[in-house]
Amino acid sequence: MADKDVLTGEHFIHGDAACAEGGIASGCRFFAGYPITPATEVAERMARRLPQVGGVYIQMEDEIASMAAILGASWGGVKSMTSTSGPGFSLMMENIGLGMMTETPCVVVNIQRGGPSTGLPTLVGQADVMQARWGSHGDYGCIALAPASPQECFDFTVDAFNLSEIYRQPVFVLGDEVVGHMTEKVIIPPREELRIVERGKPQAKKEDYLPFDFKGPMPAQMAVAGQGYHVHVTGLTHDERGYPVITDAVQERNIRHIVDKIRKNADKIIRVESVFLDDAEVVVVAYGCTSRVARQAVEDLRSRGVKAGLLRLITIWPFPSNMIRQLAKQVKAFIVPEINYGQVAYEVERTAQGNAEVVLMALMGGSIHRPDEIEESVLEYF
Amino acid sequence: MKVKLREIVPFDKEAEEKAIQKDHGLHPDDKYLKPGRIPHIWCPGCGLGVVLTSFIEGMRRKGLSVDQCAVVSGIGCTGRVAGYLDMDTYHTTHGRAIPFATGLALAKPDLHVTVFSGDGDLFAIGGNHMIHAARRNVNLKVLCVNNFNFGMTGGQVAPTTPLEARTSTTPLGNAEPGFNLPYLAHAAGAIYVARWTTFHPRQLVHSISESLGKKGFTFIEAIAPCPTGYGRPNKLGSGLEEMRYYREMSQIRNGADLRDTEIRLREKIIVGTFINTDRPDFMENYMGKVVARARAKGKGKEKGKAA
Amino acid sequence: MKFWRLPLDAEAHTIPHGKVNIIWNRCKGCGFCIEFCPNSCLKESKHFNAKGYHPPEVVLQAEDCVECGLCSLICPEFAIFTELKEAKEITEEDIQKVTIRYSRKDKRYQKR
Repeated sequence: MADKDVLTGEHFIHGDAACAEGGIASGCRFFAGYPITPATEVAERMARRLPQVGGVYIQMEDEIASMAAILGASWGGVKSMTSTSGPGFSLMMENIGLGMMTETPCVVVNIQRGGPSTGLPTLVGQADVMQARWGSHGDYGCIALAPASPQECFDFTVDAFNLSEIYRQPVFVLGDEVVGHMTEKVIIPPREELRIVERGKPQAKKEDYLPFDFKGPMPAQMAVAGQGYHVHVTGLTHDERGYPVITDAVQERNIRHIVDKIRKNADKIIRVESVFLDDAEVVVVAYGCTSRVARQAVEDLRSRGVKAGLLRLITIWPFPSNMIRQLAKQVKAFIVPEINYGQVAYEVERTAQGNAEVVLMALMGGSIHRPDEIEESVLEYF
Repeated sequence: MKVKLREIVPFDKEAEEKAIQKDHGLHPDDKYLKPGRIPHIWCPGCGLGVVLTSFIEGMRRKGLSVDQCAVVSGIGCTGRVAGYLDMDTYHTTHGRAIPFATGLALAKPDLHVTVFSGDGDLFAIGGNHMIHAARRNVNLKVLCVNNFNFGMTGGQVAPTTPLEARTSTTPLGNAEPGFNLPYLAHAAGAIYVARWTTFHPRQLVHSISESLGKKGFTFIEAIAPCPTGYGRPNKLGSGLEEMRYYREMSQIRNGADLRDTEIRLREKIIVGTFINTDRPDFMENYMGKVVARARAKGKGKEKGKAA
Repeated sequence: MKFWRLPLDAEAHTIPHGKVNIIWNRCKGCGFCIEFCPNSCLKESKHFNAKGYHPPEVVLQAEDCVECGLCSLICPEFAIFTELKEAKEITEEDIQKVTIRYSRKDKRYQKR
C-alpha cells in the first residue's frame, strides 16, 4: 500500500491534482474540504487517492468545519490539508487564526478566483494575497507560496508541508484558477529524492515539557493527542504551559513569538526567482500565472536588447522586502502586473521607499495579462 | 521602520510550578484536573462544576484513563471545561468544537473524544456542525451543558431560551421558542440521546459512562442552573433554588416520545435516557467500504499487471 | 412498626460509615451538598472562608454519613469528598434506627 503514496514518474495532470499529489507524497493522510470552483478537483483527487493510502477523506458541511477538522486531525498526529477558493478562504479565516494561535501545522491550498463575494467562480483572480496575510484578526506571521505551473503545484505543496511542520503553523499555497486548471507535465521524483520533514516527538518528560516555547525563534516540539503530555491547546492567549493567562505580559510573549518565528526566520523562508536582474533597469515583479506572462515579456525584451528583469515571487509571504529595497536603488522602475487592484504592488511601493517608481498593471480578474502589455509598460522607461 | 518593543516578562517555570502545586491534590478528583487550575471561573451556584465532576466519575466508572481520552470544547462558560481536565484538551473557536473533534477522532480513532460545550456554542453558531456530525455518526460523545442562555457574555438569549423567558437581550420576554435538543439530536441521527439535570448527577454519571462505551455519535443534554445569567432575570432565585426547581419539576421518563420533551418556562422538565441504538459509525463505513474497495481495486490492478 | 429480627442476609452486608472532608477555601457556598445530603450530615458554617463564603460543616451526628458520595458528586468546586472510615456489621440497633427514620420520628429526616 505504501508504494502508492509517491507516484514516481511523469504525469500529465492539472495543477489541482498536482497539489493533491504533493500533499499525499508529503505524508498528508487527512483531507477535509468542501466543493468550490476552481479548487474542487483537489478534493476530488484526494477522495480517490486517500483511501488507497489508508488516509481519511471527509467532505465537511462548510469551509469553517473543514479548517477546524484539519486542525483537529493535525493534533491527532496526522498531516492534514484542505483546499478552497476565495469565498471558502474567507470562511476559513476564523480557524486559520486558531491554527496560528495554537501553532498547528497544516496546509491550505487556495486556488484563487475573481472576487469579492461570489465574483468569478470559474475565472482567474489573484486578489486573496492580502487576505492570506491579514485575513484573520490579530497579528501572526504568514507563509504563502505561489506556484506558476502544475509541477510547482506539486513541489510547493511539499514545501508548504515542510514549512508548516518546521514553523508549526498553517501554510498557504496561493495558486490561481489558471494554474489550477492548467494541464502540464508533472514529474514526481522517487521517494528518496523528496525532502519530507517528519513530525518528531517531544523528548522531555511530562513534568519538564512545555508545549509552547516563546523564547527562541523556533517553536517547541509538538506533542499531539495520545502521547501522554496532556497538553491544553487554546485559542486564548496562553503561557508556555498552554494555560490561558489573560494578561498583557503573556500576550506580549505569545504574540511576539507567533509573529517573530516567521519574521526572524524570514531570510530562511523567502524564495524568489531572479531572471536577468543583475543589470536590469526595469524589473517586473510577478507571481503565479502572471509570472509566466511576465517571463515571456522579459525574454522578448531581452532579445531586443532592452535591460528588463523579472523578480518572480515564490513566497509572497514573507515578502522579500530587503531584496526590493536593494533593487530599488539600482533600477528605474518596478512593473507589477497582478490580477487584482493592487496588493503586491502596495508592498513593492512600500519597500521601494520612493527610490524607484512602481507601476501597477491591474486586472480585476477573469483574464491574464498579455506579454505585449507588459512590454509596453517596460518600454515607457527606455 | 524602527520598532520599539516593551521588555518581555520571562516565564518563571519554578515560581509557576510552586504556585500550582500549593493547592493541588487535596481532592481525589484532582488527579483528573490540571494542576493549578482550580478554583475555576464559574459563579457560585453554577451547575457546570457538577457536570464536570459527573464526567470524571463517568470516565472512572467506565475504567478509562486520562491518556485514553481527549476533550474538545468551544467558547463560553462550558468551553472552559477543557482547560481544567488533565488530559489532551482543546479549547477551539466558537461553535467549532465538533468539526475540530471530528478531525481529531478520525485521525486518532482509538481515542475517546468528548465534546464538552454549551447550548449556545453547539446549537447557535455550531448548529450546522452538530447535525452533520450526528448524521455522519462520527465517534464523538457530545456533552451539552444547557443553561438556557449565553452565560459568558452576560446572559443573552440563546437558541434554548424558552418562549417568554427574560434575558439581557430579551428584556421584555423571548419571542422565540427554544430548541428541543434531544428531539433535534435524535432527528439528526445520534445513536444515544439522554437528558438529565444537575439534580440527577448519578443518572448523569450512568449516562456518560454508558455513552463512553458506545461507538458513534452520542448526545447528552445536562441542564444546569445559571443563577447569574438566567436565574436572576427570570426570578428563579439562586443556583440552589434552581436545583430545587429541578427536583420538583423533573419527570424521569426513559424512552419518552421526544416530541414531548420541549422545555417551557417554569414547566416540567422531562429527563431520562431517550434513545439507545446502534448503527455503523463513520470510520466503520469508511474503512469497511471505501478503503476496502480502494484496496481491492489496487490488488486487482497489480494482478492484471502481472498477467 | 418494629422489626422483629435482623434480615436473613444481614451478614452479607455492612453499613459504611464515612468521613466527610471539606476543602475549606475552595468552597463557593452554593449549598448543594447541605441541601441534598440524604442523611443531612451537613450544615452551613457560621465562619467565612478566604473567599468570603460560608462553607459547610459536619453536624454533630456525623456518624450518619454512609459514604454515599453524593456531596462529592454534586459539589461544583471539588471542595468536598468522603472517605470510608469503617464498615460496620448490621446490628439490631441499626434496624431500629432505620425504623425510626422511616416512621419520621426523627425530625431531621422529615421532608423539608
